[in-house]
Amino acid sequence: MSQIPQNRIVQWIEYRLPIFSFMDHHLIDYPTPRNLNYWWNFGSLAGIALVIQIVTGIVLAMQYVPNSDLAFDSVERIMRDVNFGWLLRYLHLNGSSMFFAVVYIHIFRGLYYGSYKSPRELLWWLGLVILLLMMATAFMGYVLPWGQMSYWAATVITNLFTAIPAVGESVTRWLWGGFVVGNATLNRFFSLHYLLPFVIVGAVVVHLWALHVHKSNNPLGIDLKGPRDTLPFHPYYTTKDLFGLGVFLLVLALFVFFAPDELASSDNYIPANPLVTPTHIVPEWYFLPFYAILRAIPDKLGGVVAMFGSILILFVLPWLDTSKVRSARFRPIYKQIFWLLVVDTIILGWVGANPPEGNMILIGRLATAYYFLHFLVIMPLVGKLERPRPLPESIATSVLGGGGAAAEAAANKMEKA
Amino acid sequence: MRGAIIAAMAALWALAPMGAVAAEHELPSRDWSFEGVFGRYDKAALQRGFQVYREVCSNCHGMRYLAFRNLTEIGISAADVKAIAAEYEVEDGPNDEGEMFTRPARPSDLFPQPYPNAPAARVANNGALPPDLNLIVKAREGGADYVYGILTGFTDPPEDFDLGEGMNYNTVFPGNQIAMPPPLFDKAVEYADGTEASVPQMAADVTEFLAWAAEPKMDERKQLGIKVILFLIVLTILFYATKRKIWAKAH
Repeated sequence: MSQIPQNRIVQWIEYRLPIFSFMDHHLIDYPTPRNLNYWWNFGSLAGIALVIQIVTGIVLAMQYVPNSDLAFDSVERIMRDVNFGWLLRYLHLNGSSMFFAVVYIHIFRGLYYGSYKSPRELLWWLGLVILLLMMATAFMGYVLPWGQMSYWAATVITNLFTAIPAVGESVTRWLWGGFVVGNATLNRFFSLHYLLPFVIVGAVVVHLWALHVHKSNNPLGIDLKGPRDTLPFHPYYTTKDLFGLGVFLLVLALFVFFAPDELASSDNYIPANPLVTPTHIVPEWYFLPFYAILRAIPDKLGGVVAMFGSILILFVLPWLDTSKVRSARFRPIYKQIFWLLVVDTIILGWVGANPPEGNMILIGRLATAYYFLHFLVIMPLVGKLERPRPLPESIATSVLGGGGAAAEAAANKMEKA
Repeated sequence: MRGAIIAAMAALWALAPMGAVAAEHELPSRDWSFEGVFGRYDKAALQRGFQVYREVCSNCHGMRYLAFRNLTEIGISAADVKAIAAEYEVEDGPNDEGEMFTRPARPSDLFPQPYPNAPAARVANNGALPPDLNLIVKAREGGADYVYGILTGFTDPPEDFDLGEGMNYNTVFPGNQIAMPPPLFDKAVEYADGTEASVPQMAADVTEFLAWAAEPKMDERKQLGIKVILFLIVLTILFYATKRKIWAKAH
């Protein structure tokens, strides 16, 4: 409250719409755990990545032509004849990779520190909804340049819906807007690719709303007990987030200016051709683990179910994890299996990038089995069998000293890692 | 352990698409002038490459986005571009009588296509369709090395190799059978700057030209990139210093 200027105009507005106290409450005075480490930067970075995608996307849409005869050429016109069009397109292209990278780190951070546990289940769900929306948006955006990978990705992914029993064929035709992937498909994908980011914005607002009810989780995973446990968001976390933003922009700029096509497939610089199938149809890197799970199951419907199941299973995570302790810092066994899951996901991504031949098939199946085993069997068991280490009394005692020296040592170790 | 995993994750992120379509054939590796952070196109090579494209490749391969005016970007003067354009006839119209007519090309015109349509191209080339070359360097795994490899990869087939009718053996092309006959031979063009027109020289020049055609804004992109990176480094250091100062009291 103290931050609101006593200016008459401000007071006039504040009396009618308390926007200044709202901002003060949520951006300035907002009490934030004082022990957040740099893994907590990735939430705000995801928000910034979303803004970058929307801003560059809106400007690109002014030049792009959503027509199957003109789309490819219009993208090349953006690259050649639109002022700084190459910059906009490369920002948008690499921005999507950065967005996923940041969100995946954000999710793994949540897994490590138990951020999905009570009372943050709905917060976790909203995050997963955002992830699913992002995936749909990214997939449809990838189709828009109408290159070979665009076209064949659209064909492969929409064909998944034919696996639905009885109505699969008609559902797929309805999605296509015709009997093949064509202009009608491209048009609706463009429309939805423009719409969904704003749905994501809506989901982000509710995600933040839920976040601000019980506040951020923290590396110790214990509840806030008083004002000594928190710091005001501004200036402490605004400055910390700005530093993170600087690093994020540096990485993005390195890709945009010096390796803009590193993460893209060269096949997508060939115009879409329904008569020629590329040798290997591979999705963008951020879909590779899911692609590996899809192909691990020899049955089409089974593969589709497993692929969607790999994300849907995260919705029940708050109940699959039987441990009362949130942070993996105090969970010696969970800490190990967390890193095993990370390795498993990387293996899945590697399998997804390679053609399904020879050992790849076996490795893909084992890694897929382990993925589900982790959530369905190992996590519930570990939560019951593990003996967690004692929790510190409060964040303040842990961070500022006065007891809980062990926890502090652990905290310091974490910070330096 | 944790550091190693993060490093592995980063490496996988960078390598994933490359592992996806591993090159089946050993590509000749060349030091291109445009590689690396400070790499730029070599204007002399681009102009020689344009000459090779114009006198050799353009007989069968189109460049769908190349306009005569773009040639000023590789260092050809506006007057010369005008003269080059005027050597070509393009269709225009309809005129006031409703008739299509031809006129000499202007710098704003696109470079003429060798064939009116794909079937015409196939008929003239034994059933094979010569691909458009505008994006070829970006559209092939291996990029410039691949294009250079194709152009210099023509040899006699091994004795046990079953070469199809009208096909040619190429060490780099997937499957080793390519419909295109060897396009370059020594002194196929006569360079104005006195450079010896050997096959590797012409192949390198035209590949450089095609790399430019695929990514004409690369020089501009890298120049701006260096400024942006330097700015961001300074900004990030200032952010870090600010953060340290603010947090000094909180620990």
